[in-house]
Amino acid sequence: MKFVDEFRDADKAHALAAKIAALCEPGRQYKLMEVCGGHTHTIYKHGLEDYLPESITLVHGPGCPVCVIPMGRVDDAMALAAQPDVIMTSFGDMMRVPGSNGSFFDAKAAGTDIRMVYSPLDSLKIARANPGKRVVFMAIGFETTAPSTAMTIMRAAAENLPNFSVFCNHVTIIPAIKAILDSPDLRLDGFVGPGHVSTVIGCRPYEFIARDYGKPVVVAGFEPLDILQSIYMLMLQLSERRSAVQNQYSRVVPWDGNSTALRVIGETMELRPYFEWRGLGFISHSALAVREEYARFDAELLFKVPGVRVADPKACQCGEVLKGVLKPWECKVFGTACTPETPIGTCMVSPEGACAAYYNYGRMNRHRVTEAAEVGRP
Amino acid sequence: MTTQQPGWIEKALREHDEHHEHAGPAAPAIPDREQQVLDRIDRARRRRPKVREERITMSHGAGGKATQTLIEAIFLDAFRNPLLEPLEDAAVLAVGGARIALTTDSYVVSPLFFPGGDIGELAINGTVNDLAVSGARPLYLSAGFILEEGFPVADLTRIAASMHDAAAAAGIQVVTGDTKVVQRGKADGCYINTAGVGALDRDVSLGTARARPGDAIIVSGPIGDHGVTIMLARGELDIEADVQSDTAPLNGLVAGLLDAVPAVRAMRDATRGGVATILNEIARSAEVGVLVAEEGIPVRPEVRGAAELLGIDPMYVACEGRLVAVVPGDQADRALAALRAHPLGVHASVIGQVTAEPPGIVQLKTAFGGTRIVDLLVGDPLPRIC
Repeated sequence: MKFVDEFRDADKAHALAAKIAALCEPGRQYKLMEVCGGHTHTIYKHGLEDYLPESITLVHGPGCPVCVIPMGRVDDAMALAAQPDVIMTSFGDMMRVPGSNGSFFDAKAAGTDIRMVYSPLDSLKIARANPGKRVVFMAIGFETTAPSTAMTIMRAAAENLPNFSVFCNHVTIIPAIKAILDSPDLRLDGFVGPGHVSTVIGCRPYEFIARDYGKPVVVAGFEPLDILQSIYMLMLQLSERRSAVQNQYSRVVPWDGNSTALRVIGETMELRPYFEWRGLGFISHSALAVREEYARFDAELLFKVPGVRVADPKACQCGEVLKGVLKPWECKVFGTACTPETPIGTCMVSPEGACAAYYNYGRMNRHRVTEAAEVGRP
Repeated sequence: MTTQQPGWIEKALREHDEHHEHAGPAAPAIPDREQQVLDRIDRARRRRPKVREERITMSHGAGGKATQTLIEAIFLDAFRNPLLEPLEDAAVLAVGGARIALTTDSYVVSPLFFPGGDIGELAINGTVNDLAVSGARPLYLSAGFILEEGFPVADLTRIAASMHDAAAAAGIQVVTGDTKVVQRGKADGCYINTAGVGALDRDVSLGTARARPGDAIIVSGPIGDHGVTIMLARGELDIEADVQSDTAPLNGLVAGLLDAVPAVRAMRDATRGGVATILNEIARSAEVGVLVAEEGIPVRPEVRGAAELLGIDPMYVACEGRLVAVVPGDQADRALAALRAHPLGVHASVIGQVTAEPPGIVQLKTAFGGTRIVDLLVGDPLPRIC
């Protein structure tokens, strides 16, 4: 497939792997965090860790939109969806996220009108087609998806659509990274920066990581060679005792971001004073709410939202996994009480979640697998 | 401000603890902590399946883990008998002096008409294929229709005509049937159920449990055509591609394969859940490992492109005219030649092999050069497809 196969070339991967291995200083351990869940997915889907020396550990970060939604917020959404004449619309991977009383899928099976959409704009179609109903879009995601929610709100305003609103759960990536950097229990050597978020915000917002914390950042694309090359770039900086922000994904990410996208976000949304993140707790100025000028599209104002805070299940260590302190399999309930069929924690839900990625793709002992693969080679 | 832990979590944890107490001592030689965890997961996966949901969700119909759990926990539990237990595509029965195969399948595809076929053709071919891959010669089918009030007669006529044509192509007859009409809104136009019997007149014994280390795994052609066609035909995705359903009767192809290689261990037609689900059935029922190479798996560029855009893996996408065969390693070439000699098997290829280790697990050597697991899907986030 054109423009895809080029970025999955095994020969180039071998060459890069050799260069990465050559940069490893004997006896030193490297911990690199890929911030974005999309990267986690790519790493597991293509078996990328097979190319890395044992001294490099990839730590899976908090950039999975579904994983950071706290349980209370899911309950709020369900309460919203259960109100009379409401049609709730949601992205597919939100459908299985568990609240206190099951997921959207369970609510749908019990008769609540929850529909899956591929784009927030589809919600407008549903609203136009059902004038007697009130359509609420469950908006989630980082700066990657916020512009499309913003555009949808602006379109609804232009059309004067009376029966559409947004339950806004958009979050911003920088405060989460900062929370991780300030976390006392973690030592990271560098970051594989989120590609799609950076398409919107650009590379400048990461400069404080290199400057104030002395950690290199390489904004990376989503094909396996992109990630491998970014790891090489990080290792090169580390070997030269440098820390800078670099852009590996320059074919998509402009250094200054996308000003149009940023403008529409600013036009329709504003920072909340604080927001609760699953596992990470309350982080100030880390999420977006609908601006007052667009209050008539803000489901939180239009409906009665219980706003109950639900404690993360004690046994679930999603927070530690999201911060990269624990590997998925180090969680007490991983793979036994918490599985993709019956997830307790959000990390086990989305294919971008670290736990789900490890369970579905990486649930194997690398040493044993390599042996089996060698024996099995035709 | 903080509420209690929801009840279902406590329940899940309690079951988890109970299981732990009964798990017995761990293996004496413990390589590392990760391996211990993996072993623990392996034990958890072998536990008796249990449906935790209070209601049926779409995941229960998606062909993955939830479907498997539903079948084993509810239907197998209720109907348990030695003929049902293998859970193969068709049951093998002795009636009088003859051995026959019996199978049934329901068709709820939406849209009813799609590029490359329609629900009628699917209803014939699907049941013919379930019989064929069980080693039977398909003979007679029944057809049951559930029609929604208001359904156009012209559409029903078209569906019946295409069933006739499909039956003729497969060399079988529809010999009995049933019709029910339900009120508008109680069904989606037209649902069809077909059941079929076939004669087991070959001296072969097939079953995924028969797979042995060293066996080769073959698919009969490019995978994922049907599923991608249906997803695009729904028009919800605004993607256009030149793909059509692969729906076809496989009895001729199977006969050619069994003539050439009577020692075939197992065959399955890769419908709902795709090739990945079948590979997992093989690994699980034969207690073997399965190792496949991504590069060896035939996928049309259009299908690969559409799947890439949709973020789905063709390995899990339904086919309606493709089979997966397990054959002894030393007969792989002969099997491949037999398949390729038939028009439906021109692009047949060996995609991998059966290994001793690790039992119950399907591994994929990715084109990128890494290795990963191919597990059963939990549920399909996309609407029903067959």
